[in-house]
Amino acid sequence: MSGESQNCGWARRHLLALEDLEAAEIERILDTAAEFKQRAEQGEPKSGLLRGRVVANLFFEPSTRTKTSFNLAAKRLSADTVDFTASGSSLSKGETFIDTALTIQSMGVDVMVVRHKTPGAPLLLSRHLDCNVLNAGDGTHEHPTQGLLDIFTIREQRGSLAGLTVALVGDILHSRVARSNIWGLKKLGARVIVCGPATLIPPKIAELGVEVSHNLDDVLAETDCVNLLRVQFERQRGAFFPSIAEYAQLFGMTGERVRRAKKDVLILAPGPINRGVEITSDVADGEHSVILNQVTNGLFVRMACLSLLHEARAAA
Amino acid sequence: MPTLVIRGGRIIDPAHQRDEFMDLTVVDGRIAAAGTVVDSPDEIIDATGLIVCPGLIDARVSLREPGFDEDETIESGTAAAVAGGFTTIGCMPDTEPVVDTRASAEFVTLQAERADNCRVVPLGAVTKQHAGEELAEMARLIDGGAVAFTDGKRPIANSEVMRRALQYAGMLNRAVLHHPQVPELVADGVMHDGFYSTKLGLRGMPAAAEEIMVRRDIALAELSGSRIHLMGVSSKNSVDEIRQAQQRGVAVTADVTPHHLALTDACLESFDANYKVDPPLRTREHIDALIDGLQDGTLDVICSDHQPYSQEKKDLEIDLVPFGIVGLETVIPICVETLIESGHLTWMQLISRLTTGPARLLGLESGTLSPGAVADVTLIDPSTEWTIDASEFRSRSRNTPFDGRKVRGRAVGTIVGGRRRY
Repeated sequence: MSGESQNCGWARRHLLALEDLEAAEIERILDTAAEFKQRAEQGEPKSGLLRGRVVANLFFEPSTRTKTSFNLAAKRLSADTVDFTASGSSLSKGETFIDTALTIQSMGVDVMVVRHKTPGAPLLLSRHLDCNVLNAGDGTHEHPTQGLLDIFTIREQRGSLAGLTVALVGDILHSRVARSNIWGLKKLGARVIVCGPATLIPPKIAELGVEVSHNLDDVLAETDCVNLLRVQFERQRGAFFPSIAEYAQLFGMTGERVRRAKKDVLILAPGPINRGVEITSDVADGEHSVILNQVTNGLFVRMACLSLLHEARAAA
Repeated sequence: MPTLVIRGGRIIDPAHQRDEFMDLTVVDGRIAAAGTVVDSPDEIIDATGLIVCPGLIDARVSLREPGFDEDETIESGTAAAVAGGFTTIGCMPDTEPVVDTRASAEFVTLQAERADNCRVVPLGAVTKQHAGEELAEMARLIDGGAVAFTDGKRPIANSEVMRRALQYAGMLNRAVLHHPQVPELVADGVMHDGFYSTKLGLRGMPAAAEEIMVRRDIALAELSGSRIHLMGVSSKNSVDEIRQAQQRGVAVTADVTPHHLALTDACLESFDANYKVDPPLRTREHIDALIDGLQDGTLDVICSDHQPYSQEKKDLEIDLVPFGIVGLETVIPICVETLIESGHLTWMQLISRLTTGPARLLGLESGTLSPGAVADVTLIDPSTEWTIDASEFRSRSRNTPFDGRKVRGRAVGTIVGGRRRY
């Protein structure tokens, strides 16, 4: 599958959602990221693939981690980068976000990396723009590069996703990371369990092909990887659970829970982590944690995405 | 005395359960008795192959004037109405200012007379400023031409206010039209709460938000003994509740829109804001229940829920885009597709939901071809195939999910008071 995909070109102009990708395309991105990582480890962190190209980070929602990662990824590919952080929505600025994007594009941008608090906003932009659009997180819809880097990290540790059981734990309702993980993991043959308080599990999510649990202790024994989704206090309207202490008691990953899990369980978290809420410090810093590997891998996954989109542009 | 003969059409008049091929004669703006012979009429319309029915009535249309004439004016909205086959429309009071005084109701009537397209009957506000707190001056609004009362898309959440509104409107023998929805259950919502809202990460609006309010409104109608009309019913349980209430004699009626019959929440996968409507598009199961309700008469009115918005208001992030689509010019073809071609309704039933049903709701004498009635007549070509082209709409706005849709059936003539307006 991956061999065949490597021989043919990358045709997709935009990366908007893992839902859209074939398994072979996901493998192709992961393989490309692995090559970048290998070269970096061999002392060649920089590539000239995007020399003379411009990558714009258009962030309509605050971000430090993802924007920094995209910025460095573009620089490692020798692209010029511009950052545009728009505070607030179209309405507060008096300019529509489409006009904002058209303005930035007119500066000669080749790839637009877009983060927005509204689901579908990058898709809408892709219909109005000529450049490549890369979704860096759209509201509670998808965050494809985060999903890819989570999967890359698991694949790196385990060789393959097929047959693994991955539990996504926490605030599923407000999590774009959960949605991208579900699509990507399912396409690569993993079993997915979503686990969290009933108030933070969206309706009919089982129809996406996942199992639903409200009891972390029940699922631990059969889980190979636990991805701890942050409780997104900023997206919640009112209280979805009675207290942080009760949340931590029911769904927090503690050292004791790790000891009751599979011996080689992997602990992931997309971050930023709330220590003492979804994860205790001993687990975050412990031997099962691959949280910082995720951050490292994020750079290579984003280099892979940028270079493949550029390939599609060059072919077009 | 001007005379008009409409020749050779299929006359469908639900008020008298008439469905026959006959000529229809109009004398001096009124329907003449059957068999009336006019020598050398002033105008002859050849209606061969056409349905000749009472002028269609849309009980609730947003015309956006005054206050939002970038979206629509009374002139453009009534032009859209006659192009869609409507001879009378109820005008929603959700303008700026709100139609909550006699003067504002009279402004609507005056602008409609100036436009001279179709009849416009104002709906007055139930509460001042649509704030849901104090009753508007309903009797004075009636003096200004208002025929019924509604707070538009703003649910009246306070049950005591709603109880008094029903009692007071009941005293005046007018209906209250309500948007049944519990506000806190749909806060920040964009679409139906279900599989697709989960998949797309868009905030959901559960059907229960409607069902809870439908149950409350039925209880208050029972308590007050007054009439309530539930606008834009969209959920299966709502239809069941309304049916049961009607069976035990509660004065509750309800309407449905064509787009809630034609489209499901899956359409939002495109993130196209033209699928963002309130109540939200739901699932096939709900659509089937709505069709059942139309068949057995539980739902006796079809409304376009015409909500024009200018392009710049629709080109925003989907959570900022206002709810609603234009509908006046697509009611007939979408009803043909969803109700006639599928065999769910007869033409007689469909036309009754667009004539006698809304006429009863608003207390109008029109909606029939009885001898002596005002000659409001719509000519429908039931079989013509065409493609909806939003750029040709008479409405000032283009926000429709049906642009480019291949459809069948449309209004080809609209006669208001004996004068051809389309």
